Amino acid sequence: MKKLMNITDLTVEEIDELLAVAQDIIANPEKYQDACRHKLLATLFFEPSTRTRLSFESAMHRLGGSVVGFSDSNSSSSSKGESLADTIEVVGGYVDIIAMRHPKEGAPVVAARHADIPVINAGDGSHNHPTQTLADLLTILRTKKRLNNLTIGMCGDLKFGRTVHSLVAAMARYTGIKFVFIAPDELKFPRYIIEGELESRGIEYKEVSTMEEVMPELDVLYMTRVQQERFFNEADYLRLRDTYILTPDKLVPAKEDLTIMHPLPRINEISVAVDDDPRACYFAQTKNGMYARMALILKMLEVNV
Amino acid sequence: MIIGQIKDGIVLDHITAGNAMNIYDVLGLGKLDCTVALIKNADSSKMGKKDIIKIGTDLNIDFDVLGYLDPGITVNIIKDGVVAERKKLTLPERVVGVIKCKNPRCITSCEREIRHEFMLTDPEKKIYRCIYCEQQAK
Repeated sequence: MKKLMNITDLTVEEIDELLAVAQDIIANPEKYQDACRHKLLATLFFEPSTRTRLSFESAMHRLGGSVVGFSDSNSSSSSKGESLADTIEVVGGYVDIIAMRHPKEGAPVVAARHADIPVINAGDGSHNHPTQTLADLLTILRTKKRLNNLTIGMCGDLKFGRTVHSLVAAMARYTGIKFVFIAPDELKFPRYIIEGELESRGIEYKEVSTMEEVMPELDVLYMTRVQQERFFNEADYLRLRDTYILTPDKLVPAKEDLTIMHPLPRINEISVAVDDDPRACYFAQTKNGMYARMALILKMLEVNV
Repeated sequence: MIIGQIKDGIVLDHITAGNAMNIYDVLGLGKLDCTVALIKNADSSKMGKKDIIKIGTDLNIDFDVLGYLDPGITVNIIKDGVVAERKKLTLPERVVGVIKCKNPRCITSCEREIRHEFMLTDPEKKIYRCIYCEQQAK
């Protein structure tokens, strides 16, 4: 596999296969500890993202490989005016695989065009972040033991949140999925994705404005941050902010096996008091991200264990 | 009005009425030394009104670009005064170097000498998206 730009670059079968490998890595880590010996990953982070970069680097180290790279564009030659294409031509000669984060949308597509080695999109602006979606899918699979017949609630900023857009695109390909979108009018799920991914396939969804009215029916609750800068005025933000904060009270009517997720970083949209609830999976989700990235690196380097 | 026949060249027929000037500009026909006739609002039994462009030379035209601009066009290749070949255009799968991505967050807004490229994602609605950021062409 030459590139992963978007979660929909992967077929459902490929996703299932990746998640199976990730679960095998979790069960048998020693089996994989030298799988990528003498292989080199470049983490090219043209904008800072400590968690994603560390996740990729940990993944490669846990596979026995090595890592080179930079963590912001100031420490790359792009600060001297080098084009992305030239940077990739050069780095592509040094390493075996590239994971790239860039503030501009579509930058990894340019990278993939100029590299003879596999390129993974580690986030391009607010566009795509496919390995986050793999982390999300692995988290759902590990907690629910299935990726079909689920009611998935998404709450908060559904308009600009790339994680929820990608997760809908990925989950919409499984059977028996229902989506519940919980957001203020200002931050509703984009119409074009609803039409393209859900209505065109006859997938059930509903849009509500509070989580209380749907909490009992959810199998998964995916929280996102409602940012003040998305609102036209402070009064609207203050009026709505508390509506989209998850607290232990709001979880009272929820299912006992609800999976609570969040792509992190969390600001205040999930009360710290929820952290002790066994249904809170957002820290496990980040760890799952590392395992999913390990499975992806193996697949892209065509390493069979 | 009578426009003479051409001996060797190209006739772009069935252009949507009012679209000929745009096609004239995009194909750079103003730079040609040969005869170029642009006919606006000609009567058409099929279309009511149509535009026609006659080019008096065997020009190398990018049919993908032409198909994107106006997929209903019929291209007639004229040789020795007769139609040697007739092509019906369709919407091209890809359009390169014609539309510019207007998304300021797209990599095309800052990467040097990158070619703007769009892909047909919805043939029914004629929707093209940037291959980099997936922004819809406007």
